[in-house]
Amino acid sequence: MFSHSKIEQNVILMLVLILITVSIGGLVEIVPLYTVESTIERVEGVRPYTPLELRGRDIYIREGCYLCHSQQVRPFRDEVERYGHYSLAAESMYDHPFQWGSKRTGPDLARVGGKYSNEWHAAHMADPRSVVPESIMPAYGFMLDRPLEAADIAERLETNRAVGVPYSDEMIENAAADLEAQADPEADTDDLLARYPKAAVGDFDGNPALLSEMDAMVAYLQILGRMVDFTDLKPEDLRQ
Amino acid sequence: MPTKIEKDSVTGTETTGHEWDGIKELNTPLPRWWLYVLYATIIWSLVYYLLYPTIPGIAGLMGYSQREEVVERMAQARARQAGNLDGIAASPLEAIKADPDLLNFALTGGRAAFADNCAPCHAAGGAGRPGYPTLADDSWLWGGTLDEIETTLRHGVRTDDDDTREGEMPAFGADELLEKEQIEAVADYVLSLSTQAAGAAGEGLELYAENCASCHGGAGQGGREYGAPRLADQIWLYGGEKADIVAQITKPRHGVMPAWAGRLDDTTIKMLAVYVHALGGGE
Repeated sequence: MFSHSKIEQNVILMLVLILITVSIGGLVEIVPLYTVESTIERVEGVRPYTPLELRGRDIYIREGCYLCHSQQVRPFRDEVERYGHYSLAAESMYDHPFQWGSKRTGPDLARVGGKYSNEWHAAHMADPRSVVPESIMPAYGFMLDRPLEAADIAERLETNRAVGVPYSDEMIENAAADLEAQADPEADTDDLLARYPKAAVGDFDGNPALLSEMDAMVAYLQILGRMVDFTDLKPEDLRQ
Repeated sequence: MPTKIEKDSVTGTETTGHEWDGIKELNTPLPRWWLYVLYATIIWSLVYYLLYPTIPGIAGLMGYSQREEVVERMAQARARQAGNLDGIAASPLEAIKADPDLLNFALTGGRAAFADNCAPCHAAGGAGRPGYPTLADDSWLWGGTLDEIETTLRHGVRTDDDDTREGEMPAFGADELLEKEQIEAVADYVLSLSTQAAGAAGEGLELYAENCASCHGGAGQGGREYGAPRLADQIWLYGGEKADIVAQITKPRHGVMPAWAGRLDDTTIKMLAVYVHALGGGE
């Protein structure tokens, strides 16, 4: 009979069994990673974040927004009816790390882009109760006054490229200019929009004189869920 | 360490055979039921592994797909409401209003869609808040008929939609089109329009006629073509104090409403139009 005392008294046997157990655990976690290529849907439109959106995303993470807001519309009818098309793996393939989240104290934000005006977002973050009386969200008005720190924006893009986000040399070269142009209502944004289609442009926080953290934050929120055009997509196009 | 398994005299259970400083450990077996449940869950996990899509790329014996299921559930729900939804899709807005069943359905569906999509700006029931027009009164910026409401919903205000509602008031102060004193005078005149106070004339009236009347109307009746608000009433989008009016003339704020076509389906937009029309101010 195969008993515990037999294993405990035979170091080699114990070692072999430990190795087998640990490698099963490892394989279960590692093997799926080799199939990532085939689990990402082949949809058009997903692009790297603009420099301004990327900084907004950094602030989103810094402020811990993910603790109360998920970014994942699950494939259930109630969620699809409320938020729109369920989220795809492809939509967060350039997120490092992804912001799917696991807690919804506030609503899901995966498709919040374009749902509200910039003015609303700025007012809502400065004083959530001013527009949603029943809201329990903390106020983030300080973002209106804080200049956006972005001296290292090109390096940030490069770092993302190092982990697989396809930022081109051109994007990295123009990172600082693109960052400024996106929030400047007077700027020529043709190049920016050619590099980053669908990006929201203009003054986001109601104060064109200052490139604030609020500008970056709203620019980021306004692109969420808008990259993929779902109007012509059929379920079979989304096979993994 | 000597291993000597013996029977414990008190409990009758065997010991593990280990002894530490005279302390011996009973080798109490796990309860049978517990052990069998453990084995059952292990076997079940294997069954589950085969039935469901546990390995990427392999569908599993049941061919289950959560994504297909949600498409199916949506279709089932659509089918349950098909009578009303098809009716709404096929009918012009006026006809929906005339049919009690469709109207009832559209109001209910419109209320649900409004609460999620519109209330964050326009407030519950379309009560409005500063900067976001009240929808429950009869003062409309872009028109309050069913069709006009639907157009605004569909294409939005100042969006990048091709047919968006577009209108922008010049920044009379910021762009130095008027002097500070002139703006004060116009603001006084606008206030007199709203309160219909007698005797308002002079410089304010002249400046108003020259700069404002083409959009807001000679008597301040408003101009819906440009979304120019009616001034001859007490309804204010950005506040009715003189300072608010001066601020708006100096450097106007321009509200943006998203275009909902594409985001919401046509039927939902129609239900919303009917709902908003019924909030109190529909024309």
